[in-house]
Amino acid sequence: MHSVVCIKQVPDSAQIRVHPVTNTIMRQGVPAIINPYDLFALEEALRLKDRFGGKVTVITMGPPQAEVALRKALSFGADDAILVTDKSFAGADTLATSYALAATIRQIAKESPVDMVFTGKQTIDGDTAQVGPGIAKRMDLQLLTYVSRIVSVDQDKREIVVERRAEGGVQVLKTSLPCLITMLEGSNQMRFGTMPDMFRAARYEMKFWDKTAAGIEDVTKIGLKGSPTVVNKVFTPSPRSEKAEMIAVEGGSPADVAVALLAKMAARFPLVEKELAKRA
Amino acid sequence: MEKFDVIVVGAGPSGNAAAYTLAKAGLSVLQLERGEAAGSKNVQGAILYSDALEKVIPNFRDDAPLERHIIEQRMWVLDDESFIGTHFRSDDFNKPPYNRYTIIRAKFDKWFSKKVQEAGALIISETTVKELLRDKSGKVVGVETDRADGKVYADVVIMADGVNSTLARKAGFRPELDPKHVALAVKEIHFMPRETVEQRFNIKDDEGVVIEMLGKITQGMMGTGFLYTNSDSISIGVGCMLSDFMEQKLTPYDLLEQMKRHPSIQPLIQGGEMKEYTAHLIPEGGYHAIPRVYGDGWMIVGDSGMFVNAVHREGSNLAMTTGRMAAETIIELHRAGKPMSEANLALYKERLDDSFVMKDLKKYKDMPDIFHSNNQFFTTYPELLSRSAYTMLKVDGVDKLTKEKEIFASFKERRSLFGLLGDAFKLWRAFR
Repeated sequence: MHSVVCIKQVPDSAQIRVHPVTNTIMRQGVPAIINPYDLFALEEALRLKDRFGGKVTVITMGPPQAEVALRKALSFGADDAILVTDKSFAGADTLATSYALAATIRQIAKESPVDMVFTGKQTIDGDTAQVGPGIAKRMDLQLLTYVSRIVSVDQDKREIVVERRAEGGVQVLKTSLPCLITMLEGSNQMRFGTMPDMFRAARYEMKFWDKTAAGIEDVTKIGLKGSPTVVNKVFTPSPRSEKAEMIAVEGGSPADVAVALLAKMAARFPLVEKELAKRA
Repeated sequence: MEKFDVIVVGAGPSGNAAAYTLAKAGLSVLQLERGEAAGSKNVQGAILYSDALEKVIPNFRDDAPLERHIIEQRMWVLDDESFIGTHFRSDDFNKPPYNRYTIIRAKFDKWFSKKVQEAGALIISETTVKELLRDKSGKVVGVETDRADGKVYADVVIMADGVNSTLARKAGFRPELDPKHVALAVKEIHFMPRETVEQRFNIKDDEGVVIEMLGKITQGMMGTGFLYTNSDSISIGVGCMLSDFMEQKLTPYDLLEQMKRHPSIQPLIQGGEMKEYTAHLIPEGGYHAIPRVYGDGWMIVGDSGMFVNAVHREGSNLAMTTGRMAAETIIELHRAGKPMSEANLALYKERLDDSFVMKDLKKYKDMPDIFHSNNQFFTTYPELLSRSAYTMLKVDGVDKLTKEKEIFASFKERRSLFGLLGDAFKLWRAFR
């Protein structure tokens, strides 16, 4: 079982703050982390390796400093890591990114056939959830999004059964391998790597692939050129200025308070009053 | 089985200096750090003393992230409304190579760790050393980490695991920390435009100012405050003995808040945006608190060995120096093919005794006790000094002789003649 896990290095959004005066995002000193959703994908791939053997290859497309994220993935137990990095990738949107990653995975498969591709359900910086499905489409893989559990894998029949969170319930889906899974958060918990894993990660000679190594021929499909998305405007939504109001009630019995509250609401939302009157 | 020449536990200034020196000499070095990355647990004021780092990395100025070189030192003694003090500013400090710099440790430690890695040491973070491994004779032969298959071996283990040094304590090499021997310091970094820092402190380019403070800001507790100028920020902090905090039931945070409101300090930090808040323990027990720092297969460096000169606010330079000397001792033995036995490692202690590290600590050996049992140095004197200055400088028709008499009377009233002489003697003895 050979799984490829796609991860992204993102700024730790929990630590990003907006400048009080200029309203711009303050990136200075914000640490870079592995997109937290991707960790569920990585752990699930590692569990498949535990069950069926094989290996886990982690890839990311990004600037050279994304090496830190890959090394971290290795310290959890991944076997191989490839950093796909090239100046011509700059400015890529999800369309161009999925093109580059799909090309990379095809190159990897030439050496060792790929059974599964994992991604997180989305990133915390872009929040589009488009790259996973984009890769599946370009590689013509079966696509399973928002997977909460892998129920079973039949390697002989090349079949997989998963649980998928859907609106209003859980779907149990069966499909054939190879497939692409986007993993739901909370579906597992990342392991604490072993000491040998730490040594391997620290000593690992990182693989850097430029666009040629990644097998990309058509440069019009990558980077800014391959990205139809246009960022028109970036703005910080202004906080809504709804103020809380204290309602003073004389007497103060629970019934009095309730009546006063209802009267206040009725005055503010006449439609609610009408609807309540109709039902009463 | 993983086996190295040396394992260094901790990635602070002492651990980094040791690991760098060892790796540079071609020894195989493993550095273990429990924080998320090397440096993430490190806290300091922070002033970098060039000399100690120069002896480890001579050309550090080429790429180390330095904030400002210090050209002016202010010493303030404060009461509630005033400060009285000295300023020393000299253009001699503007002649390179500069002697002292302000630094921001988050940036500096990243750089230092990269240097260690480039020198060839293997750094593994997010890994805590649980205990030392020993052979039948009791010699330390490696460490056990908190990870599965976590045993790693080495000829010698350097404990650079900081003030708490759980490792040295667990192994029985060091006693439990005495609250009277540790200070608790808190610090904030306030960011503001570069020009604002330069205007407020009358400096230009990369010039910097430091203010060391003493007096009522510590509310009678033994401690000091500080304010340092960085490129586009100001570090401000205060530290007192842990035992004092416990007795007075004060929190360091409240102390810092109050200090920031002092009328002489508030205008200096006004309008800044606080981006970093840190707290740290500082081992200030001095000479008498230093444990045994070497044995069969092990050595202790930096804060872990209580190497801090509290009087002169020096710690990181002692850390780097002890780290370097431990490393140099090992290198010498390694090259001579000698084992890392207690008898051979005694060379480390000899080097320390011969250096400024032990000489300075010995000089001030009684200082902690003197200040600890005499809080008049932190309350009464600052107030008396301020009041004297105020009396002398206020022009109000009273003749100067009467004023002088009045001032002397106020000193006598508060401390008595014997008290004053006694305090002078104590200070003289402590600084002797």
